[in-house]
Amino acid sequence: MDIGWAHTGTSIVASFLASLVECVEALTVILAVGSVRGWRSALIGSATAIAVLLLIVAALGTALTNIPLPIIQLVVGTLLLLFGLRWLRKAILRSAGLIPLHDEKTAFAKSSEAMRNRGTGHTAWDKVAFAAAFNITMLEGTEVVFIVIAIGAGRTGALLPASLGAVAALLVVTALGLILHRPLARVPENTLKFIVGVLLSAFGTFWVGEGMHLAWPADDWSILTLIAAYLIVALVMVPFCRSQSKAHTFTEERP
Amino acid sequence: MKWIRSIFREVLGLFVDDTAFALAILIWIGFTFWIMSRVNLPHSIVAILFFAGLALILIESTARYARRKR
Repeated sequence: MDIGWAHTGTSIVASFLASLVECVEALTVILAVGSVRGWRSALIGSATAIAVLLLIVAALGTALTNIPLPIIQLVVGTLLLLFGLRWLRKAILRSAGLIPLHDEKTAFAKSSEAMRNRGTGHTAWDKVAFAAAFNITMLEGTEVVFIVIAIGAGRTGALLPASLGAVAALLVVTALGLILHRPLARVPENTLKFIVGVLLSAFGTFWVGEGMHLAWPADDWSILTLIAAYLIVALVMVPFCRSQSKAHTFTEERP
Repeated sequence: MKWIRSIFREVLGLFVDDTAFALAILIWIGFTFWIMSRVNLPHSIVAILFFAGLALILIESTARYARRKR
């Protein structure tokens, strides 16, 4: 089955935006680790995690080609639905002021403080810096890998645009990190999470439907209808949830 | 064994943070699958109902959370 433009475009955008959010969060911690304990071990830790993640992608990609497409669509779509609707639910609650907004500056300050409290680190080989950079890259990278596979595995040829979106996000964030040397606090992360939640939920719904052999009314273009429908539901729910609760002011929490 | 549990918790956390919400999604997917095989409805209608059910689950879960915060 060929992949149409409705899928190619939305796959790239969804994968790019979702990966952008994860890369920004990873960059904040890596910058904190590097600036406090030295760059060598931090960068080696991150590079090692990226190498491990690439091996996982290669292994999973090969394994997925041996499984019938409807089963992949059903299983991956179900996981994507759980993942996407969870993001969207949190994004709605965050926009309604019911759970705290994520703030990269606060996250950077917390990570820097944690690194300072782990003793001296300016030696040739800093295990703490390596482990911290490795862990955050693995954690956020695993989410990126899942998103790419989930968006790309549902249809033949969709893995390439999904991968391109993720690679583009990694390059953009890396370039900005190298140029600015500070957390990307101006990236509208919470708005991005809202949009990504909508996109992933729409993809998950579409893939599960395809896996169950449901006939979507507008075939491939139904993905755009699903995106619009989830967006309307989410936008309506924000003021509704706000009205259901007293105003709450929060400062920071990890998503 | 501790690190395996920790990885499992991390992976599970990607998909579930509200158990009732996650369970409702899984049950709705299962129910739609069952309806497909048992009831002779046009597949396009089932597709619309499938989305509507998921949207209702999302609405109920966010509204329930907001009411708890009252």
